[in-house]
Amino acid sequence: MAIQPDLSFAPKVAELSHQPVQRCYYCLRCSAGCPAAPFMEYTPAQILRLVQLGQKETLLRSSAIWLCIGCETCGTRCPNEIHAGAVIDALRQMAVAEGVPVGERTVFQLHRAFLDSIRTWGRLHELTMLMQYKLTSRDLFSDLDMGLDMFRKGKIHPWPKRIKGMAQVKGLFEVTGERQTG
Amino acid sequence: MEHRYAFYPGCTLHSTGVEFGVSTDLVCRALGLELVEIPDWNCCGASSAHSLNDRLFLALPARNLAKAQEVGPDDLAIPCAACYSRLAAADLALRQDGAFRAEMEATLGFEYQGRVRPRNLLDIVANDFSREQLAARVKKPLNGLKVVSYYGCLLIRPPRYTGRWDDPEHPQSMDHLLGVLGAEAVPWSYGVDCCGGSLTLNRSDVVVHLVDRLVRAAHEAGAEALMTACPMCMANVDGRQKYRGGAPLPRKPRPDYEPLPIFYFTELMALAYDLPVGKVLGRHLVDPRPLLRQRGIVL
Amino acid sequence: MKRIGVFVCHCGTNIAGTVDVERVIEEIRKYPEIVYAVDYKYMCSDPGQRLIRDHIRQDRLDAVIVAACSPAMHETTFRRTGESAGLNPYQVEIANIREQDSWVHQAYREAATAKAIETIRTIVAKVQYNESLLPIYLPLVKRALVIGGGIAGMQAALDVADAGYPVVLVEKSDHLGGRMAELSGLYLNLEDGAAHLAARIEAVQRHPNIQLLLNAQVTGVGGYVGNFTVQVSQQIDGELVPYTFDIGAIVVATGYDLYRQERLGEYGGGRYPDVIDGLQMEAMLRPDGPTAGRILRPSDGRVPKEVVWVQCAGSRDPELHMPYCSKVCCMYVAKQAILYRQQVPDGQATVFYIDIRSQGKGYEEFVQRAMEEHSVLYIRGKASKVFQENGRVTVWGVDTLTGLPVEVQADLVVLATATVARPDAVELAQRLRISTDANGFFNEAHPKLRPVETNTAGIFLAGAAQFPKDIPETVAQASGAASKVLSLFSQRQMVAEPTIATVDVDLCSGCGLCVPACPYNAREMHPWRGYSVVHEALCQGCGACMMVCPNKATRVRNLSTGQVLQMMEAYLETL
Repeated sequence: MAIQPDLSFAPKVAELSHQPVQRCYYCLRCSAGCPAAPFMEYTPAQILRLVQLGQKETLLRSSAIWLCIGCETCGTRCPNEIHAGAVIDALRQMAVAEGVPVGERTVFQLHRAFLDSIRTWGRLHELTMLMQYKLTSRDLFSDLDMGLDMFRKGKIHPWPKRIKGMAQVKGLFEVTGERQTG
Repeated sequence: MEHRYAFYPGCTLHSTGVEFGVSTDLVCRALGLELVEIPDWNCCGASSAHSLNDRLFLALPARNLAKAQEVGPDDLAIPCAACYSRLAAADLALRQDGAFRAEMEATLGFEYQGRVRPRNLLDIVANDFSREQLAARVKKPLNGLKVVSYYGCLLIRPPRYTGRWDDPEHPQSMDHLLGVLGAEAVPWSYGVDCCGGSLTLNRSDVVVHLVDRLVRAAHEAGAEALMTACPMCMANVDGRQKYRGGAPLPRKPRPDYEPLPIFYFTELMALAYDLPVGKVLGRHLVDPRPLLRQRGIVL
Repeated sequence: MKRIGVFVCHCGTNIAGTVDVERVIEEIRKYPEIVYAVDYKYMCSDPGQRLIRDHIRQDRLDAVIVAACSPAMHETTFRRTGESAGLNPYQVEIANIREQDSWVHQAYREAATAKAIETIRTIVAKVQYNESLLPIYLPLVKRALVIGGGIAGMQAALDVADAGYPVVLVEKSDHLGGRMAELSGLYLNLEDGAAHLAARIEAVQRHPNIQLLLNAQVTGVGGYVGNFTVQVSQQIDGELVPYTFDIGAIVVATGYDLYRQERLGEYGGGRYPDVIDGLQMEAMLRPDGPTAGRILRPSDGRVPKEVVWVQCAGSRDPELHMPYCSKVCCMYVAKQAILYRQQVPDGQATVFYIDIRSQGKGYEEFVQRAMEEHSVLYIRGKASKVFQENGRVTVWGVDTLTGLPVEVQADLVVLATATVARPDAVELAQRLRISTDANGFFNEAHPKLRPVETNTAGIFLAGAAQFPKDIPETVAQASGAASKVLSLFSQRQMVAEPTIATVDVDLCSGCGLCVPACPYNAREMHPWRGYSVVHEALCQGCGACMMVCPNKATRVRNLSTGQVLQMMEAYLETL
């Protein structure tokens, strides 16, 4: 199936991410240095290319945009100083805003649970955050091995502690438009 | 010699990164480095804020910078690499984006003065103290322990946040520090490669792939241990090198597994300074104490 | 018998490392003609040359042989050395015992030494019969001919005319400016080409030293460098008026053509009205063009909202079309795309390319601007097919990076067709006796070091006629060609080497065999005297005419048949 390029998408992504996506000339340096690239169905340069070609649906539904680790290698080495990670963040936010079924559900839900923990306690409380994450993702048993190890070594606090300035923290969530879920 | 800094510990310093917290405390006392904790600080947002909301990503750390201004001293010491990166990002935004600054000042009730510079703890130790000052405290040099320096990502990237306090491609701060402590800094080519970060809980296959490469490279370079300055890197390299990840049971260690103990730089400093850091060393998932005993580094 | 001095050079270890120089000297000294023989480390150095000069005087030498490197290296050097000591330079000869001995027989020292002695011996035999010669002076007509009135021709003409020499500028069409007059805004700052050109054209038209012939063509060229005879035919009011000029140097600046769309079947073969080429787009963009500067679809005159440029249409295609890269297309496509986007802000511009070649000052940044500031979509992938259906033009391509096939429905497609040589270039080349390459472009004398000269002395090249190039390169090359013309004209007379063919008219029977034998067209029968003549400026002294002459009327000075036979005898004696 041939694609029809749509030139209106790239400027929107450029504005949201504050990145000059039009500058990309696909040298592929970002993809070459990306630690998550072997696991992505579209590597960073391809993601940028799909942005330029206006393939919104493909991007927002992809798993690749949820696998970015945020290591900043791409932007540091890009000859045009495009931070592909920032572009990917913008695509994540677009996906969530448009209610698109996300490509890596569990990654998204972990981030959701993390932010919910901050909104509730002001700081991360691993135990309750993990509980919320496991329940919402219904992924009860995988990847818990490291969590168990940490617990055994006394590195996970059983009891959360709320900070005093919660009003300000909630205020920040509101003013930046972040809604709560769990 | 008294150095005074505001201090942002971050969420992990008393939990998953407790060894970092304890050793930081011990070393800073020994160096006469006073850390004044910011009152009522909040989480910096880690990886989740920027993933879901690029404005919250800057707003959460901005509150901490507002609180830091209340403490008074100029520089803000931050041990965790990710917290450091978020606070540096927020500081840059407050400095350069007038609209954002106005919004934060209104929401948080402060006036941004731009005096408080967010700085990573390694930056402070490496650059605010002379080699002589750092060496003066060494009581038990580390017997030439062969260590690779693992800088990870957010300590040295992106340059616009870090201000290049160390080089993004060939950083040397930790390597020089190892020399001061009497250890041997083993050169290797993976010092700035990612450990997999926050994917450890739901895409551990990515983390295992990356950590595997790091551990193998460290062994090939002839290292006995790895040194880090980031709680996330510690968790990943410490926790994911033995097992393949996945379900908690049954747990199969990887074939031909060869342990590579990993230390926070403050732990090695504490050891060299003969400070009581032994109790937290036992909380590493890969126990480093057999190696230390074998190399005659007494706890 | 001449008093001959032999000077053997070690050339460091280049010769002495293989040839036993001392023994050579020893052997050579045995010959009676050799009055003096010596060896030295670097004969071409100042002390080496002083050695030669001193002994020419001291030993009253009549001839000197320097046994050293190839004559191509230092023959001129040593001839001057001899001359400075009062010896006729043509009594100085080189015996090559490096390139033809020590360097090629490094493992055979004995044999190499023997060969060195033999070589010197033969040169001794030759030099015995050398005549003292004087250089040949030829008259020089200091008038230049420039063929082509485009930017290349005009630049060359102005440079030569400004230096004070008369120039005849011959232009085929009825106006100056060539292709540049057909262009719209020039990259990089999109300034109006016509305005720049107008200044040049005016300068040419009012220059007192330039004689401009429009509607004219060169119909014949005879003669040689410094003395060409050129026939020009000019069309005036339907009549062909002939001219003859005496010319000293010729600059060929005949420009280029575009590959015909008919040859590109996959892109429509010229059948579709809304598939045009680069120059047609330029015409639309020109304020004084057929559409008064507006980009409109040729089929229905509407403004196109989607324009596609297809690069490499006929270039870089050794199998089907032209093998080379046409050099200018990447840049003019970026320019046209920018001009289109400025004119039609809600239009979309797409470029299909294989590579982007932006190799001039500011060029890369210019193309990046097209992508970044003007939102031109660049897709890497050579377009496979272009066809027009129901009013829209479809382009099939693939995006290399994602591997996805791409289809664009355009209103207008511009093919960046290959820049080719003009069809009549080969004919002109034959008239001028210069050569063209497989693609019809005129050949330069050396691709790296002599880009504005041809292999025919006195004829120079400028502009796209030699190979596709853009305006700055054209202007540079034209000035380069002009400087060669001025070098030629700066001499009072032309000096030629006397070691060329000469005819003993008493022996010449007028058989004419020498004429076709000469590869340089340097032989001709005298029009009414009945004997053969040598064109001294063209003769290279190769000796072919000498070989075919049945009467031995022709000989090459200082390389006569007699001399060659003496050399052979001397060699045989050594065996």
